Formats: sequence, C-alpha cells, structure tokens
Amino acid sequence: MFYREAGQFKVSYAADQAVFPIAQDRIAMLALLLIAFLVVPFVASEYVYRAVLIPVVILSLAAIGLNVLMGYCGQVSLGSGAFMAVGAYAAYNFAIRLPFLNPFVCILLGGFVAAGVGIAFGVPSLRIKGFYLACATLAAQFFADWAFLRIKWFTNYTPSGSINAPPLEILGVDLSSPTANYIVCLVFTVVLAIATKNIVRGHIGRQWMAIRDMDIAAEIIGVQPMYAKLTAFAVSSFLIGVAGGLWAFVYLGSWEPAAFSIDRSFQLMFMIIIGGLGSILGSVLGAAFIVLLPIFLNQALPPFGALFGWRISTATVSHFEAMIFGALIIFFLIVEPHGLARLWSVAKEKLRLWPFPH
Amino acid sequence: MGLRKLALLGAAIASAGVIVATAAQAQNEQFIPGLVYRTGAYAPNGIPFADGVRDYITMLNERDGGINGVKITFEECETGYATDRGVECYERLKGKGPTGAAYFSPLSTGITFALTEKAPGDKVPLITMGYGRSESRDGAVFEWNFPLLGTYWTAANVAVQHIAKEIGGLDKLKGKKIALLYHDSPYGKEPIAALEAMSKKYGFEFLPIPVPAPGSEQKSQWLQIRQQRPDYVLLWGWGVMNSAAVTEAGNVNYPRDKMIGVWWSGAEPDVVPAGDKGAGYKALMLQHPAGKSAVYADLEKYVIGPGKSLAKPDEIGSVLYNRGLINSMLGTESIRTAMAKFGNKPMTGEQVRWGIEHLDLTADRIKQLGFEGMIGPIKVSCSDHEGTRLSRVHQWDGKKWNVISDWYTADDSILAPMVKETAAKYATEKKITPRDCSKES
Repeated sequence: MFYREAGQFKVSYAADQAVFPIAQDRIAMLALLLIAFLVVPFVASEYVYRAVLIPVVILSLAAIGLNVLMGYCGQVSLGSGAFMAVGAYAAYNFAIRLPFLNPFVCILLGGFVAAGVGIAFGVPSLRIKGFYLACATLAAQFFADWAFLRIKWFTNYTPSGSINAPPLEILGVDLSSPTANYIVCLVFTVVLAIATKNIVRGHIGRQWMAIRDMDIAAEIIGVQPMYAKLTAFAVSSFLIGVAGGLWAFVYLGSWEPAAFSIDRSFQLMFMIIIGGLGSILGSVLGAAFIVLLPIFLNQALPPFGALFGWRISTATVSHFEAMIFGALIIFFLIVEPHGLARLWSVAKEKLRLWPFPH
Repeated sequence: MGLRKLALLGAAIASAGVIVATAAQAQNEQFIPGLVYRTGAYAPNGIPFADGVRDYITMLNERDGGINGVKITFEECETGYATDRGVECYERLKGKGPTGAAYFSPLSTGITFALTEKAPGDKVPLITMGYGRSESRDGAVFEWNFPLLGTYWTAANVAVQHIAKEIGGLDKLKGKKIALLYHDSPYGKEPIAALEAMSKKYGFEFLPIPVPAPGSEQKSQWLQIRQQRPDYVLLWGWGVMNSAAVTEAGNVNYPRDKMIGVWWSGAEPDVVPAGDKGAGYKALMLQHPAGKSAVYADLEKYVIGPGKSLAKPDEIGSVLYNRGLINSMLGTESIRTAMAKFGNKPMTGEQVRWGIEHLDLTADRIKQLGFEGMIGPIKVSCSDHEGTRLSRVHQWDGKKWNVISDWYTADDSILAPMVKETAAKYATEKKITPRDCSKES
C-alpha cells in the first residue's frame, strides 16, 4: 500500500543504479538521518548517549569495516580488535608527538596506519583460506596485544601502560559534551558508510564479491586476487582503525590493550553474523543488537522478576544475560543464518505486496 | 531500520522506566552506587568485598536511619571487571537519587583509569581505596580521585622495607634480587616505577615478570623464577592469579615465606585454594587484618542476624569483607564530614568531594565507629589524597592470617618526587592547571 514502486519509471542508467532505487527507501533513509542528526540530540539523555548511542555508532563503523573483509571479500578475520588497537594507539601517538594536529585528524591518520598494518597481515591471505586465515589473523590479534603491552614507546613510557586521549576540540570549540561526541561519531560513521556503500557497488567491490564467491573463477575472468584481497584488507582495516580511534578518544578517554582484546574481535564477528554478512545495513543492525541486548536484559530482568515476587541479584542477572544471549545467537544462526538484514529484506518483499498478496 | 528503531525504543522505554522510578523516590535520600563483580574470573575476590560494602550501608540504615537522618539508597551494577561495562554502569548510576551518586568505588584499576577522565566533568568523586593511579594522590592535579589508605607505590615501598627488616637493614639489600610477578595490566604495572627507583637507590636487582590476564597459567613464569633464583618474589595479582601463583610456588618448591603479596593478593580466596601449599605465604595489609572488630556487634544485630546480608557465613570477618566495610565507612564518614559544613540533607558529588578532602578520622573517632585495630588515623588534604601511608604484613599459617609485623610508614622521600613528576606529566598531557593547595580551605 505505502511501499509500492509502481509508477516510478527509471529513464536513465544512473537512476536505475542508484543506491536506493525506490523513492520510499530514499525518503525513509533521509528521514532516519534527519532524526539521527536533528531529533535525537534534543531527546536523548546523557545516559542514552554514553551507554547506548555512542557505542552503537562507533561499533557500527567497526562492523562495517569487518563486513567489507568478511562479508564482501570472504576473508575470515579474527584480528579486528588488533586493527582497532592499531588505530587507537597510532592516533594517540600522532596526537602526543605532533601536538599541533587536531585529534580528529589524528584519528584519520590512525586509520591509515591501521590500513598499512592490515595490508601486512593480509599478505598470508594470498596463500591460505578459511579457518587457516582465521588463525593467521588471530596472530595479528596476539601481536597487537603484545606490542602495546611491551613496547613502551607506543604508550609514551607511562608507568602503568594505560594512556589518555587528548581533549577533543575543533578550531577551539570544545567537543567534550555527550551531544557533540555523538554528532562527531555519527558524522564519521555516516560519511564512511556512504563511501563504503559506493565502493562495494563499484568495480573494486565487484572484484571482492567475485573472489568471495569463487576465487579461481574470478581469477580466470581477470580479477587479480592479490589486488582484490589486499584492497579489501586495506579498506577494512582503515574503517576498523578509525572506529578504534573513536572508541579510544571519544568513548573510553583512557584505555589499555585489554579494551581491544580478542573478546572485541569476537564481538564484532557476532555483530556481522547476526546483522548480516555482506550488508552495510546489517552491520549497523548487528552492532545495535549486540550492544543493546545486554543492557536491556540487565535493566529489564530485575523488574520482570519483581512481577513474580522474585528478587534477582546482580549476579543472577549477569548469568541470565549470558544464557539468553547465547540462546539468541544460536536461535538466529538456525532460523535466519543471513542475519537481521535478511529479515529486513524479507519484510520489504512482503510489504510490496501488502495488503493484497498473490 | 525497523528493528533498529524497535531496539532503540525498547532501550528508551527501559531507561524511561528507570527514570520514572527514580523520580518517585523521596527527596531526603543519599544515593550510593556500587560497581561490583559477582561473576567472572575475579568474582571470588569481588563478592566478599561487595557484601562488606553493602552490609555496612544496610547497618547504617537499620541502626541510625542513614547518615544524620538522611536515608541511604544503594544499588549495585555488575561490571564483570570489564572496563566498558564499568563505564556503562557509571553512566547509568551517576545521576540517580535526588542529588546524584555520592561517590564511586569501582574496585578495578582499569575502570578507575577510564572514570578518572569522566569524573571531573560529572563532578562525582572516586574513592579508590588502595588501588588506582598512584600519582592521583596529588590532589592539586587529581581533584576528584581519592586513593585512600594507600597507593601501589606505598605498597611497593613498604614491601621493600619489610624485606630489609627481615634480612637485617636497608644496606643489606645491595646485591639481592627481588622479582615482581605481576598481573599484566595497569594494575600490575603500577608498582614497577617505584621498585625501579628503589632498586637504583638501594642497589638490589629488580626482575619484573609479567603474567598475562587472567593469570591461571604460570608454568613458564615459575620456570623463570627457578632459573633466576630471586631472594624474594613480590606478587601483584588479583583473582585466580593469586591462588595459581601460590600453588605454582609450592610445585616448584619456592619458599612461600619469601613471597610477599600486595594487599590485593592477601585474602582468603588467594590462599585457601592452594591448600597446604599456601602455608607461610606473606602479604601486605591495607592496614586492616582479618577478624572481627567492635563494629561486628552491630552488624550481627542489625544485618546478619535478621538475614539482611548476602554474605555467606565464612565470608564474614574475612579480609575482603572487612575491606568492603572500611570502604563504606570512609565513604559515609566523608558524607558526614560534608554534612557538617553543608547541612543535614542529601549531598551532591561536589559536596562529597569536599567532605572526602577534609576527612579527618582520629584514633578516638575510629574507636567510636568500631574500627579500632582495623585502620590507623587518617587525615586527607588537598595536597595528600591518600591520607595515610601506613601498612603491616600478615602471614597465612594454613588456616588463618596472622599479623607478623608492626606498622611501617612508607618513605616519602622516594615517593613524593615521583608523584609530583608523574602528576605534572598528566597535567600537561590533559592541559589541566593544578590547583593551588595553599589557597584551598
């Protein structure tokens, strides 16, 4: 009824190949962005910013980065935490060694350093695949943990090995308020997500998908595996590195390598598996799901238990959280292996026929 | 998009419910948050502490109706010792109650580091009793941090003093070898700077040996200790790492009485799992021993007897339970100090900060509170947020902890310049202008 594309004629190739070929999608997306930029800042409380919105926005960016590598190029990676760490520590080192640089410039530069490191750890992907590649990227994870714990230079010789982000500002404007933090992260994520969406639709993205679907066939039709795989590692690590910089500078403010441990790598992987491999939208949905579910369970269980006169202690809540979370992940993998993004596209198909299905 | 909106909506409803519930509360209440970990690798140590914190507050409410007639509300949030969860808990709890959270005690060096960045903006003080940044004792730079009762640098210095006493004087330290077996995190690394400074001054050889978190696997580290044969091993562990270290020391037959743990490695959960191998192991005390002081009479009467405590019977009177009691006592006494200046009403974070900075517990007052024998007098000031630099040593005999030393005072001629230098570095990095403590009242 509302979601019908009848009457929307495409008269040019450009219109036919637009990111959102259907007008309703364009309007919905625009409305969502307007809400995110203009409405949310007036209604969100500080808690919602700090505990919900900022982590979701930053981790969405990291999930998009991992999705480029795993979802689009088919290269399994367990090193996302390491690339986040590289982005964060590189940004920190730029900030303290070149103090005239704006912190956000440092975050972007950190992304480029992460891209370089990503390429270096992507080289083994030319020879190995699947689980073996996962092991190789796991090495990146342990190497980063080791390097940022042991090499004192990276942490500017602080006695405890924990480092602090510089104050956030642009042209003398203080950006430490939660609203400003949120807007900054949102700008980074939206701009980079749009860029990534366009890259994956272009010739590079098609090469990645060709490699993902069958690398030998792709090679035969003229795709260079080395170029395709290494660009995927570079773009992916850049996005993850920028997300790492934002996580450290904006969300944590002070951090240690444990903030980017193997748990973070797995968390990002769950996000794109639950959200949907090979989908930008899926990355955002997955990030929102993984960040919100524990918080929601944590807050909802005690009142829920109180309804039945059952007093739930904080320990029980946290046990329940782990159990429900695990059960949901298994449920999703069985019922919808293509993730939340697939659920959404099924809903869209149904909506097109609604209310008069065949 | 639909799901994302739905999820956000769900979170919004949940948080809205929380906000409504908060607004409905009476206005004459002081809110104290508890960041706890009752699950995960560090739970054996986190639980007794959290129970102690909780029981003292319950006792104040039951016995006195709160502090000067202001009832205390208390809520726990599970962090699992993870920094990002700790930050979420902090954000959730900092605005609760009519005046917001009085103070936070995260019981995690990692969370303390993250909150140190946030507390000045939110105007909530951090009481990090015996942990956190060592240089945060400099109140001119770290206005909102209070590492009361002792920092890791104090601990490192007292440990070396005790070793010197055992071998017959500070001059005998020359040529000795002291290893530090530490949890590889900011917590474990804190004492290194102090130990390096002392190794230069006294001429002992310092051997740092990191253990990756959580520290349940230490075979290679103890092999290294066996090869290097240090005269003493200092243990800077937490959670399962402590009992693993004591067990492993027993396996390689390293003398347990040549091991000295920091006060976070000196409680019952650290030695009981090691069984007989734990006998002889020594640890620093955050001033207080295990056992029951006078305050337990009221605890039994108002909290434990009526079944209002979550603690298991064997936790009560244990080292970490006592530490939880002291943490709450120092916090609530600070609120009382603040009330003496600002009036008997719920205090804001800013007023509590003033209260902690002017906390002055004399021996008489400590006796009155029922904590005689637990802690020595403490007097906090703008320039000294630690308040006291005393510590003792106790030894595990296989069944219980026995106090084996007299009080030591940390040598401030070594520590004070280090604190000044590191705090100044932090101030430049964060562009903070230190307060002038001579002008504070």
